[in-house]
Amino acid sequence: MNVMINSLPFLWQGLLVTLQVSAIVVVAAFVLGISLGVGLSFGPRWVAWPIRIYSDLIRGLPLLVLIFSVYYMLPLTGVNVTSFWAAIFALAAFQSAHVAEVTRGAVQSIPPGQHEAGKAIGLTFGQRMIYVVFPQALRRFLPPWINTVVSTVQGSALVSLVGIVDLMLAIQQVIGRTFKPMPMYILGALIYFAINYALSLISRTLEARFAYVRE
Amino acid sequence: MSVSEPLVKVRGVTKAFGSNNVLNGVDLDVPRGSVVSIIGASGSGKTTLLRCVNLLESYDSGSIEVDGVEVGYDIADGRRRPRGERDLARIRADIGMVFQMFNLFPHLTATENVMLGLRKVRGMAKAEARATAEQWLVRVGLGDKLASLPIEMSGGQQQRVGIARAVAMNPKVLLLDEITSALDPELVGEVLKVVRELARDGMTMMLVTHEMSFARDVSSRVVFMDGGRVAVEGTPREVFGAPAQSERLRGFLARIELREV
Amino acid sequence: MQYHLNYNFVWKYADRLAWGLVLSLELAVISIAIGCVIGLTLAVLSQGARRPVRFVIGMYVEFVRNVPLLLLVYLVFYGIPSIGGFAYDATTSFVITLSIYAGAYLVEVFRAGLEAIPKGLIDAGRAIGLTPVQRVLYVQLPTMFRIVLPSLSNAFISLFKDTSLATVLAVPELMFGANWIYTNTFRIVEVWTVVAPIYLVTGFVLLGGLRLLERRFAIGRR
Repeated sequence: MNVMINSLPFLWQGLLVTLQVSAIVVVAAFVLGISLGVGLSFGPRWVAWPIRIYSDLIRGLPLLVLIFSVYYMLPLTGVNVTSFWAAIFALAAFQSAHVAEVTRGAVQSIPPGQHEAGKAIGLTFGQRMIYVVFPQALRRFLPPWINTVVSTVQGSALVSLVGIVDLMLAIQQVIGRTFKPMPMYILGALIYFAINYALSLISRTLEARFAYVRE
Repeated sequence: MSVSEPLVKVRGVTKAFGSNNVLNGVDLDVPRGSVVSIIGASGSGKTTLLRCVNLLESYDSGSIEVDGVEVGYDIADGRRRPRGERDLARIRADIGMVFQMFNLFPHLTATENVMLGLRKVRGMAKAEARATAEQWLVRVGLGDKLASLPIEMSGGQQQRVGIARAVAMNPKVLLLDEITSALDPELVGEVLKVVRELARDGMTMMLVTHEMSFARDVSSRVVFMDGGRVAVEGTPREVFGAPAQSERLRGFLARIELREV
Repeated sequence: MQYHLNYNFVWKYADRLAWGLVLSLELAVISIAIGCVIGLTLAVLSQGARRPVRFVIGMYVEFVRNVPLLLLVYLVFYGIPSIGGFAYDATTSFVITLSIYAGAYLVEVFRAGLEAIPKGLIDAGRAIGLTPVQRVLYVQLPTMFRIVLPSLSNAFISLFKDTSLATVLAVPELMFGANWIYTNTFRIVEVWTVVAPIYLVTGFVLLGGLRLLERRFAIGRR
């Protein structure tokens, strides 16, 4: 029991890194993914096709391959970043492809008549997206998007493999000093579980909202 | 106001979906303040023509002018260039459209549906937009439904919101695409009543309809389309009264009458 | 810095990648097989089961789905033996982990599949006099199998990618082969530009094959 209590401040630092990595990736993937998803759904062929290829390639690779590739190869291209940012770059590339697919699924569920009605009153493309499509697509976007957030938190554990002291690596290091693996793993699992389970609860509540659309 | 120049001028418009020629050189005039009804069998191209007028469909050749402006193309130094998104939006703002399936924005109330274009396209202040929207909704008989969502309204009520949304923009011409086809029969009357009032107030309208008695009643001109062309054109009396001039029109009207009886 | 590509190092150790790929596929196949048994059993059990049973199944599913797979891998390999007083080899440990992981996802898949069976089919089975066991064997399972097949395909490909985590236990799968070549030759670009396409191409070939299989079994086709 003492082992766990003594290790708490150290784990707390790791947890902060995990949350920081996750937050940066979630925000970056949100912005990038929605843009890519809109381009994928409404862009002309020369926009949609490269996005399709990007998304399929990125989603076809194990996340670990992506992280190692960026971590080892980015320095060779002359870009000098810390392992922290290399890992974030890889995670954001991965998640943005997933958010793009979630966006595509959500905006394509809006019937063409809604676009036409928007056009008929003179809304531009951007206005149609903001005032007509996005508000309606939100209910199909949020639950799967929160799943990508959960998957980001899960995936962030892989940054421990390139030496970033997140919650995962903090746990490993505590175990390295105390040789008491099981309690530490259980504690770590509970922390991850608490974060992600809370997120999936939000997702489930949201699914039940949005009453204005007939199904 | 000059009556010589029609508000909507359609000349030689063609349109194909793949190898299917839907419009084969349509010529049509809609004078200011008039109501032109387009009738014809399904597949005759009447809805496509209407959708071309506000560029929901592009046309392949020919020209469509609304108030002297070519809607489909930007004509500069003799070359036709497809219009950009902003350009299109500006032109569409002056052409109202009411849809068969209403296409109300389901996440907005009746008032908000009408306000959206006023606020974001016309740039009206919120209070002014709300007042204008409410005024129009009262005019179409929906004063008690201002805060209702589309899901809470009947088809006839939704369609009247659709009309209010279009006319509130103060369009030069109003396009009505089979606006009663999706309605239960007992709800058709309340919608047509609104259109009749708009006609009386001098709104220029182009409408595609299957309601022959309504077309006869409200129109200044009736156009019968067949095979992607204007086959017969004239006053309601000429088109419905003495249908001797076209075999196809006689057949069409006979079939419609059978259905209506 | 100048970097000269030299793929000879990769070709020299190509057998490590080849055997690595074979092992990765084996890990994925075994895990999805065991995962299916776990998932189907728990899905059937939770149908009409009493509250405590459903709660326990729910806890298992939620726990596994909300904890990083990497942590589960460590927990099963280092954690459990430390309190159980026994040991197993890394490959066995990883297969156990991945199977438990697959099982948690597949419970949901099978549960949805069971619910999607048209009620009329079960009634029809009753009407021709099938016993409950016969109904499950000849009506429910075959129908459900066709419904869940696309989800199973996706799960399998996802598991194949997840086998890359076995590298942290030094299980000699594809990812470990890649890391081994890198640490022994330092030809990083060559290694990754070969290994990434291997994952991609294998994934796409599997997907194509499974989609064919789905079409073969699609409802309403012969």
